[in-house]
Amino acid sequence: MSALSVFYTILFYTAATIFVVGLAYRISDYARTPAPLKIPTTPAPTTQAGVVFRLFTEVALFNSLFKATKWTWLFGWMFHLSLLLAFFRHLRYVLSPDSVFWPIINNWLVLFAGQYGGFLMLIGLAGLFGRRIFVDRVRYISAPSDYAMLILIFAIAATGMLMSFVNHTDIVQLKAFAFGLVTFNPQNLPEDILVLTHLALVASLMIIFPISKLLHAPGIFFSPTRNQVDNPREQRHIADWAKELEADRK
Amino acid sequence: MADFEVPVITNDYTVVPKLKIGTMAHSQPFIAKLEFQEPLGYPGELIDNWKEVVIDKLKEMSGKYRSLKVFLDSCIKCGACTDKCHYFLGTQDPKNMPVARQDLLRQVYRYYHTFAGRLFAKLGIPGFVGAKELTKEVIDDWYIYFHQCSQCRRCSVFCPIGIDTAEISMAAREILAQIGVGQKYCNQIIEKAGRIGNNLGLPEPALRDTLEGLEEEIEEDDGVAVKLPLDVKGADILLVTPSADFFAEPHVDGLMGYAKVFHEAGVSWTVSSYASEAANFGMFIGSYENMRTLSLRVRKAAIDLGVKRIVFGECGHAWRVAYSFLNTLAGPFDFLDQNYPIPQHICEFTYDMIEKGELKFDKSKNDDMTLTFHDSCNVARGSRMGDKPGGQFKIPRAVIKAACNNYVDMPSDTIGESTFCCGGGGGLLTDDLMELRVKGALPRATALTHVTKEYGVTHMAAICAICKSQFTKVLPYYGFTMDQIVSVHQLVSSAIILSDAPKDDDETNETDAA
Repeated sequence: MSALSVFYTILFYTAATIFVVGLAYRISDYARTPAPLKIPTTPAPTTQAGVVFRLFTEVALFNSLFKATKWTWLFGWMFHLSLLLAFFRHLRYVLSPDSVFWPIINNWLVLFAGQYGGFLMLIGLAGLFGRRIFVDRVRYISAPSDYAMLILIFAIAATGMLMSFVNHTDIVQLKAFAFGLVTFNPQNLPEDILVLTHLALVASLMIIFPISKLLHAPGIFFSPTRNQVDNPREQRHIADWAKELEADRK
Repeated sequence: MADFEVPVITNDYTVVPKLKIGTMAHSQPFIAKLEFQEPLGYPGELIDNWKEVVIDKLKEMSGKYRSLKVFLDSCIKCGACTDKCHYFLGTQDPKNMPVARQDLLRQVYRYYHTFAGRLFAKLGIPGFVGAKELTKEVIDDWYIYFHQCSQCRRCSVFCPIGIDTAEISMAAREILAQIGVGQKYCNQIIEKAGRIGNNLGLPEPALRDTLEGLEEEIEEDDGVAVKLPLDVKGADILLVTPSADFFAEPHVDGLMGYAKVFHEAGVSWTVSSYASEAANFGMFIGSYENMRTLSLRVRKAAIDLGVKRIVFGECGHAWRVAYSFLNTLAGPFDFLDQNYPIPQHICEFTYDMIEKGELKFDKSKNDDMTLTFHDSCNVARGSRMGDKPGGQFKIPRAVIKAACNNYVDMPSDTIGESTFCCGGGGGLLTDDLMELRVKGALPRATALTHVTKEYGVTHMAAICAICKSQFTKVLPYYGFTMDQIVSVHQLVSSAIILSDAPKDDDETNETDAA
């Protein structure tokens, strides 16, 4: 293996470890932290099934954001949708053609949507960036890292699309590298600048995920205003630490 | 009239104002002195090691409240909330944008309790990731701007992650109190409610006197001996109502309305002098312990009086604490009649009676008014009425419409779940915050002006003691009169036909079974 391939292999295993362990730690931390009071933003569902539906509309359609501002909703939803499409398109690098999932991801629709979805991603990100610059309220609340995050993802999308539309890389070798990573059988990667940049940026994104606002992804599932059932009168809800206060009661 | 500039109402209430930095940096409520801090378990003045305590408290509280932890981590700074706060719309101060308000606390949390914050602090550029070192200036900003949030939750409706600034404000106020910087208005009231039984400090004899006076008033007006009982053991229903209902207009007219409804329903009921307060200011200062102590008074009163049901009067944040938290804080209420909601809202009670056809109204008694209804923020977004989501919007309106012929809603983006706070909620209903209260009422005043011009609305009904007090005080700044704010049960009181009333032959009543 080339030195560069060894470096990227180590980089990806490190990034993946930080991503998985970091995220698992966050999720378990959120799950273990008690929510001592019932605080769903009402009107709220009165059943668990209703809560699942509410969360689905939030995660899939950005329901609340839609109520708030149509432009941010449009750009944000476009961006996240294209992220999902890109994810499915990239599965072909890590799945074996023998996999049962292969026909699902290796078809015209997924590959086309994944490829051209890239334009949606660039437009969405540019729109979000534009709002940060031109809307005085959003500019006021933006830290440098908020711009940097958008630039990072924009650069990932741009390098990916350049490879897809302009300057094709050695796709067979790339697949060998990616598949080698997930099967713990490291292989060389094609050493052209676009691939190297694209992969380095993706690894950075994985590393900063568990220590940044990207935590909104698991966060929304643990948001008590969205995930609680509205039934406080019917069912007593009490945290362990609050129960300890009741020692003074008969 | 005021020593500040009252905002001008424009007809277009959808315009989002430009930022004006620092317009409200001078606004802050009186700080609580020793005598109001100590009874609540807080130090009497700023402690020496405030910095360490704040940092530790932040950690401790984010471990006790999932809301705080998740909300501090998850904000993506998308800006969805930036134009949703009535205080921002009324003051243009950027620190009154919900996300900017949260960031006052989030920046400190990031600096001390997150990897990214600590790393970039070491690199000398904490601001890169929105982190900031804790200084006395930051604490001052907390005190100023976390007392410009009425915990109304409007921002949380629009946040894609569901972040509720109220949770952050409550945590910040609790931390401030812990280092000796509590708010006088709230703490004074909590102490009074915990010692005497209500926020006004009305002792039992005064309460008895007041209730007897109201009985006489009703008998004079309607010729019916409607009772307003106090501390009656064995009554079916314990009424817990905001103490404003005992003396101030238009609150007291609402209380007479509840009494008439109970009278017509033929139920026995009582007020408790021990728990003569529905409002629970423990929530405003973010103190679970203080909120719990006050809630336990309701439990004790219910046990001591041997009642079967608990009904709450018209009060917004009180209903949130009652509906959402009472079972948690002071439950289980297995000793009460399980066939009724515990607790029940007076509007639910009246609505049930109307549905059963047990109340009769002469709607023409309210024909001098064209009504609209102000959804109180904490009823709208922090509670429910009835058994279906949204009952908190439907039921009070149904009660109003049963008692009135003329009703019009304000624009849809200013009511229901999008309702604007009155501007005085969340522990801000104090004279030392008058400028904030007037400016915070701008969005509601604008919507009210709209329906006044378009549909000839003359009165606005509300179901919250704070809303009623706030509006009677601040709406005159916008050209309205004090008496344009009415209680929902005041309308009920005017129109209800008491079945044992002496027949009035001169008048042919238009009865309506509703």
